[in-house]
Amino acid sequence: MKQENRKTFISVRNLIVDFTHVNEEGLEELKTRAIDDVSFDIEKGSFVSIIGMNGSGKSTLAKCLNGLIMPKSGEVYVDGLSTYDEEHLWDIRSRVGMVFQNPDNQIVSSLVEDDVAFGPENLGVDPVEIRKRVDSALKQVDMYDCRDKGAHMLSGGQKQRIAIAGALAMRPECIIFDEPTAMLDPKGRKQVMNIIKELNQEGITTILITHYMHEAEQAERIIVLKDGKLYSDGKPSELFGNRRLIEGAGLEMPPLIDLRDRSGLPESATTIEDIICLLK
Amino acid sequence: MIRDITLGQYFPGKSPIHRLDARTKIIGTFLFIAEMFVVNNFWGFLIAGTALFTVIGISRVPLKFIFRGLTPVFLIIAFTFVINMLMFDGRVLWHWWIFTITYEGLIRAAFMVIRLVLLIIGSSILTLCTKPIALTDGLEKLLRPFSKIGVPSHEIALMMTIALRFIPTLMDETDKIIKAQQARGADFESGNIFRRAKSLIPILVPLFISSFRIAQELALAMEARCYHGGEGRTRMNEIHFNKEDIVAAVLMTIFLGIIIGSRFIA
Amino acid sequence: MSIEIKNLKYVYNPGLPGETVALDDVSLTISEGEMVGIIGHTGSGKSTLLQHMNGLLKPDSGHVFVDGECITDDKTDLVDIRRRVGLVFQYPEYQLFEETVVDDVAFGPKNLGIEGEELKKTVREAIEIVGLDYEEIKDSSPFELSGGMKRRVAIAGVIAMRPSVLILDEPTAGLDPTAHRDILSMIRRINEEKEITIILVSHNMGDIAKMCDRVIVMENGKIVLEGRPREIFTQDALLESMGLDVPPALDIMRKISKSIDGFTSSALTLDEAAEDIKEFMKRKK
Repeated sequence: MKQENRKTFISVRNLIVDFTHVNEEGLEELKTRAIDDVSFDIEKGSFVSIIGMNGSGKSTLAKCLNGLIMPKSGEVYVDGLSTYDEEHLWDIRSRVGMVFQNPDNQIVSSLVEDDVAFGPENLGVDPVEIRKRVDSALKQVDMYDCRDKGAHMLSGGQKQRIAIAGALAMRPECIIFDEPTAMLDPKGRKQVMNIIKELNQEGITTILITHYMHEAEQAERIIVLKDGKLYSDGKPSELFGNRRLIEGAGLEMPPLIDLRDRSGLPESATTIEDIICLLK
Repeated sequence: MIRDITLGQYFPGKSPIHRLDARTKIIGTFLFIAEMFVVNNFWGFLIAGTALFTVIGISRVPLKFIFRGLTPVFLIIAFTFVINMLMFDGRVLWHWWIFTITYEGLIRAAFMVIRLVLLIIGSSILTLCTKPIALTDGLEKLLRPFSKIGVPSHEIALMMTIALRFIPTLMDETDKIIKAQQARGADFESGNIFRRAKSLIPILVPLFISSFRIAQELALAMEARCYHGGEGRTRMNEIHFNKEDIVAAVLMTIFLGIIIGSRFIA
Repeated sequence: MSIEIKNLKYVYNPGLPGETVALDDVSLTISEGEMVGIIGHTGSGKSTLLQHMNGLLKPDSGHVFVDGECITDDKTDLVDIRRRVGLVFQYPEYQLFEETVVDDVAFGPKNLGIEGEELKKTVREAIEIVGLDYEEIKDSSPFELSGGMKRRVAIAGVIAMRPSVLILDEPTAGLDPTAHRDILSMIRRINEEKEITIILVSHNMGDIAKMCDRVIVMENGKIVLEGRPREIFTQDALLESMGLDVPPALDIMRKISKSIDGFTSSALTLDEAAEDIKEFMKRKK
């Protein structure tokens, strides 16, 4: 999608999320502050990665964006709708789809097409329309041929594509991918990443949470979380140009950037083409 | 071994049996189960068995697949046979120490085993030839009239959907945990009953934790896909009765009559 | 300690619709102290092969010898074999079950009949070698630890059995970069300090290239390639046809040498690659 004149789709203001537990006296006590005063906007059609160490609050943040977790304070607006507004909760969740890490534990029905239909069925969509949506969603993730297969017969990568189709069948404007490739093999990982990029090209606002820097790098913007705080927010080239920033967040450089630094090449080189140019 | 369980598995197909409305098949299966307890002689079983295998033939589910479903319950079948064989008084055929096999016991044992096998195969036909979602939809619709008296028909059906979906996942999980603990020297095969029961803890605790984790993640995934109870839900494939169901209903009624009639043979 | 595998064959669901040949005439030798990597895409037979090495699966034909002793005949004491060949499955933290870290790590050695002071010592050593602070962690519940720490406790549970071969199936799957690095250095430490033979299964080719002395490539239940990492990864076209990656450093070097005449490099790690680039720059000047 074109970069200019994009409207804000999700906006997060001073978000705070606490995890509490009940102590021996039966009183609630604070265990950890999972999200600590985070604010940012996500534009319609953009591709944003969220990275950070385990426990930095990435998943918690993602779950706030479609109202799966209610924050302690602060606001999340999706296309102008507040996630506090229970009346619009289903509206928000159908607009912001979510794909989780474990391919197995997000598939509800035993058969592929029945699972993909689960979302639109919940929304009360007309059966004929559901059929259409299921077919087109399955085609989008290239799983149409497997529509009447049993979910347990599929590989991890295929299951993950079914989960993406399940989100697509709700016709969302945005999909949040919560470490979608973490449990896949390289082949599955590539397929899923290609689909994610294609969907973004088609105009779906994409939020990708990942541990893999070469995946994060493909977004147009990277948000880094550390201990629940917003640690850095900017273009991949800005972030990976700053080794101190990356190491401070407990992350690592993508291999190409790491190699550039080890070879003593200038920081202005951020792509393989730049490096080839320098060597020529 | 654990993978042999065909219970709850669907065998894709387009046979007339597959095409029947799930409600017809559920009622048919329950009728068949009831009829197996009506039968009081071998003629009845012969008729029921013939009918059952005709249905299997029409369904085109390979016999091998159906018999594989019996292997996990083989122990129960064998146990039923032995107990019945030894528990009946009558003409003694063989005697040793406290064990006595009588002619009547043998007949009785054969009778019970045939009943059990027919019951298991009969009910496995239902799941083998019905898409899980159709099965649960059918159940939900059948139960709907009872929702007025507080039967949560949608919830029961959804629980079944999820249970059927996660049987293979939990089987795999159990398999993995057993192997992981075996790799740590765990021994599940020796020792007395008490020791063996205790040796299950390293399997059961991780399995419970896994199940809770799965449940938690699944609940979140369902919420993210706008699940909010049965109200206002639609279905992609609405189930409905058609001609074949009427034919099936007529055949089932005739069969019921024959089975009741079979009680009076001999 | 060595493992020798001869003409192993294993079929899943023989005679049924789902019949698959998981291992097809697999032979290989792993010698003492080695660090061997096994790669291959999902379903290539890696996991099935691993489970034969400690007798969790019995082959349909062929033999497995551990230190010259055949473990595929019926007389073998499997518990003893499983002690000597430790197997850490994928996501091993899912096997934790005890109330405290110490109890969980002690599960394996207890099964072997180790008791008292010796048990305590073994458990302590195992927890320390995986890089955890014994005093700090011993009484905590394993379920309250972070993902990376849980995994290390689970690995300690296998190391506490004092194996001479340790098999790790995807030990870094799903971890963040920091935890990933910690696990790799832990594996190296176990190999060097304890002189334990390591068999490492991973999809991360960078890790395999960096860590292993020898690489085995599996496809469709067969070993298709075997050799030193450099010999294996330089056959990138073949690897690609099998759906496998090459280490990221080599991938970058390949792309550069395609565009620049006279630039050649077979670097497997980023450090080697950086040396080659520096060298090239010097020559150019």
